[in-house]
Amino acid sequence: MSNAIHKFLENNVKPNFDEGGKLEKYLPAYDALETFLFVPGHTTNGKGSHIRDGIDMKRTMIMVVLAMVPALLFGMWNTGYQHFLATGEAYTFMDAFLYGALKVLPLVVVSYAAGLGVEFVFAIINKHQVAEGFLVSGMLIPLCLPVEIPLWMVAAATIFAVIIGKEVFGGTGMNILNVALTARAFLFFAYPTWMSGDKVWIGGGMDESVAYADGSTGATILAQATEKSSGFVDAAGVAYGDSFMSAFLGLIPGSVGETSTLAIMIGAAILLITGIASWKIMFSGILGAYVMGLLFNLWGANPFMEVPAHMHLVIGGFAFGIVFMATDPVSAAQTATGKYIYGFLIGFLGIMIRVFNPAYPEGIMLAILFMNVMAPLIDHYVLEANIKRRQKRTMAVAA
Amino acid sequence: MNLSIIMSKVLRIKKGANIKLVGGAEKILADVPMPSTVAVKPTDFEGTTPKLVVKVGDEVKAGSTLYYNKDNDQIKFTSPVSGEVAEVKRGAKRVIEEIVIVADKEIKYEDFGASNPTSESREAIIEKLCKSGLWPFIKQRPYDVIAKPNDTPKAIFISAFDSAPLAPDNDYILDGKSATFQMGVDALAKLAEVHLTVNSAAKADEAFLQAKNVTLHFIEGPHPAGNVGVQIHHFAPISKGEVVWTIKPQDVLAIGKLFETGKYDASRTVAVSGAQIKTPKYFRTIQGVSMKTLLEGNLKEGNNRIISGNVLTGDKIGAEGYLGFYDYQVTVIPEGGEAQMFGWITPNPGKFSISRALVSWLSPNKQYNLDANMNGEERPFVVTEEYDKVFPFDIYPVQLVKAIMVDDIELMENLGIYEVAPEDFALCETVCTSKIPTQTIVRNGLAMLREEMS
Repeated sequence: MSNAIHKFLENNVKPNFDEGGKLEKYLPAYDALETFLFVPGHTTNGKGSHIRDGIDMKRTMIMVVLAMVPALLFGMWNTGYQHFLATGEAYTFMDAFLYGALKVLPLVVVSYAAGLGVEFVFAIINKHQVAEGFLVSGMLIPLCLPVEIPLWMVAAATIFAVIIGKEVFGGTGMNILNVALTARAFLFFAYPTWMSGDKVWIGGGMDESVAYADGSTGATILAQATEKSSGFVDAAGVAYGDSFMSAFLGLIPGSVGETSTLAIMIGAAILLITGIASWKIMFSGILGAYVMGLLFNLWGANPFMEVPAHMHLVIGGFAFGIVFMATDPVSAAQTATGKYIYGFLIGFLGIMIRVFNPAYPEGIMLAILFMNVMAPLIDHYVLEANIKRRQKRTMAVAA
Repeated sequence: MNLSIIMSKVLRIKKGANIKLVGGAEKILADVPMPSTVAVKPTDFEGTTPKLVVKVGDEVKAGSTLYYNKDNDQIKFTSPVSGEVAEVKRGAKRVIEEIVIVADKEIKYEDFGASNPTSESREAIIEKLCKSGLWPFIKQRPYDVIAKPNDTPKAIFISAFDSAPLAPDNDYILDGKSATFQMGVDALAKLAEVHLTVNSAAKADEAFLQAKNVTLHFIEGPHPAGNVGVQIHHFAPISKGEVVWTIKPQDVLAIGKLFETGKYDASRTVAVSGAQIKTPKYFRTIQGVSMKTLLEGNLKEGNNRIISGNVLTGDKIGAEGYLGFYDYQVTVIPEGGEAQMFGWITPNPGKFSISRALVSWLSPNKQYNLDANMNGEERPFVVTEEYDKVFPFDIYPVQLVKAIMVDDIELMENLGIYEVAPEDFALCETVCTSKIPTQTIVRNGLAMLREEMS
C-alpha cells in the first residue's frame, strides 16, 4: 500500500515539479510534503560513514511537539474551566473541554498556517528545503499566549517572528532568538492590552457579553502577587484552598499552555528520556530561579519578595519557558559548561525581572530572550578557556 | 589479568559507541587463490599526485616501483605482486584511479636485502622503506597523510587494536608472529620513540605485551578508543609544529618481513564480514586483491554495498573493486534505499540510534543488520552536544567543524584541528541528526590547512 502510494508520487506527481516540469519552482513545497509522508530512501554516498543513526530532524521536532501535547490538552480543558468558574455557570468535564478546544484550536491552526506559509514562501524563493523548526514554534506560540488574543494578532506576530526572528538570519538553525518568544515579545510590546491585565486570560473575558460572577476579576496569581504574597483568589473571586497545589496542577488563569506545571513536567519527562532537551539547562534554570526566590525572601521588602521561592516555580510562564523555550538548542548556549551558566541566569534573571518590575510580570520571556543574545558570548568564553587549557597542556607535555 | 596492565595506568574512555552489527568474522583462517588481477589505487593516498614510471604491458616484480609522488619523489608506490601492468584506469580530469596488474601464479620479488634493523642507521632504514614501497604505511598527524621521510617526529604511535564495527582482531592475526612484529618495531624505533597502545579490556597477544623497544599504554572503552588519534590526544598531544607518525600493526609486520627476508611481502590477513556475507571469516590474501576473487561464492543475494574497510570510514567499492592499501577488512551490508512511510515517527526497532527517540536503547546488546540508508535529510546544525557523546577528545567537535565550514584557519588551529583525522569524526557523522558530512568537511579542512602551511 505505502509502496504503491510512493510509486504513484514518484512517477505521476513528482515529474511536474522536477526540472522542466510546469510546477518546477514549487519543488521545495512538494518536497516538504513528500518527505513528510515518506522519509526518503537516500543512501550514504560512499565517502564517510555508510551507516547512519535512525534519528533525523523530523523525528526530533515531532518529539518536542508530542511533549507539548499534555500541556495543550490541559490548556483546552482549563480554558473552559476558567470560563465557567468566572461566569459561575454549571458545566461538565466535556463542556469545559469543548469550550476550550473551540477557543484554543483556532490559535493553533492560525499559528501553523501563518508560520508554515512563510516558511514555504522562503523555501521557494531561496530554493532550499523546508526545515522542520517551525513544527515546534507553531505549537509554542499558541501555548504561550492568552486565550483571548485575536487571531489576526497571532498571524501577524507569527509572520513577524518567522521573518525577522529567523529567515533574515538564514532560516532554521541560524536564528539568534527563540522564534516563539519573538512572536510573544512582539505582541507584548505592540498590543499590551491584549497581553496583560485581568480579562485576557479567561475564555470570553474580553467579551462584554459574558457575565462575570460577583467579585471575580480573572487576575493571574502573578498579577495578584504584586499586592500580596499569599491568599490568592481564583477566577470566581474565591481564595484557593492550597494555592501552590492549584498552580502546580494548573487550575489557575494564565497563558493557554503555561498553567499546569504537572502537564509541563510530563512533557519535560518525554524530552529528558529521549534526550532531546538539555537537562543541564532545565536543572540549572530551576536552581537559578529558586536561588533568586530565596534571596528575595530574605530581603522581603515588599509582598512580591515574600512570595515563597517554590511558588515562583509554579506560577506564570516559568515552567513552560524553562522546559520548552530555554532548551531550544539553536538559541541556547551550545557547550556543556555554557548550558549551566545559561540556564542558571535565565532562572535567576527571570525571577528578578518578575519581582523588580511588576510592569513586566512575565520576566521569564525577557530573561530567555536576553540570554539568547548572551548565549554566543558565554560559548565564546567557554571555547577560549578550552583553547587556553589545551595550549597549556601541550606546553606541559613538551616541557 | 596481565601483570603489566596492573602496574600501568589504564586510560578509561567513556565517550563513544560500539555499534554492534551482525556478520562478525569467525576466527577461521582460509586461503584465497592468488587473484588474477590486483590493483594499486592512487586515490588511497590523500594529498599525493601520482607520476607513473610504468606503462601498460610492462613486466613488474613484487616491490617494483609503479609510480612515485610528484611532490616528493622519495615516496614510491610499488607493486604487491609480480606480473604485467594490464590497465591504468583514469577517472574525471584524467585522475589515475587504479593501476591494474595481472598477477603471476608464482610471485617473483625484488630483492631489497635482508638485514637486522638494530644495526642499521636511521637513513638506511628510511631509504629501504621508501625504495620497497612500504613507506606509505607510515602516516602522520597533523593532516592524516603519508609521513615525510625527512621529518623528525616526536613519536610513532601504533594502536594494537581496532575498535570499529566488525573490525579484524589483531590479537588473532598477529598470534605467533611476535618475532616479525618485533623486527618491524625495532626498525621504527630507529626513526622515533615507539608508543604501542593495548586494549586492557581484551586479552592482548604477546606480540604486543612482550614487545620491546616500545612504551606501552593501556586504554579501555567504546569505539573510538582504538583510534590512534584518541590515543595520541591523551598520551602525547600534538601542538602546532609537532608531528607524530602512526602505523597499523599489520603494516609493522610487513616492515618486519622486509627486514627478515629482503622482500616486499604484500600478503595480509583480511576479515570478510557483514550481514550480506554467507560465512564471515578471515582470509589470507594480498594487498589490492580483487573483490571478485576475495568474495567469490560468499556473497548473499540482494543489492549489496561492498566496503573496503569498516562501515564508518571505509570506501564503497563495487563488486569489481579492489581492496584498499590501508584496509584489513571488507564489509558487505545491504544497500537499502527504500523510502519509509512516516519514517520519522515509527519506532524502528531495527535501526540503531544513540538517542532514545527510537526504541533501540531498550535493547543495548542487540546486533543490528543496518543498511546504508541516510534515515533523513541533510539540515543545518540544530541539536547540540550530540557529537560530544561519541568524541573522546578535549576538543569541541561541532565548533571545530563550523570553523572549517567558514575557512577560519586561526580558529581551526586553536580548536585542535592538528590532533584529529576524519576517522575520529566517523561516529559524529554517523549519529548526526542533521546528517552533516562531517568526515568530508574535516578532510577538506585538513587539505586546506596543509596547502596553506606549505
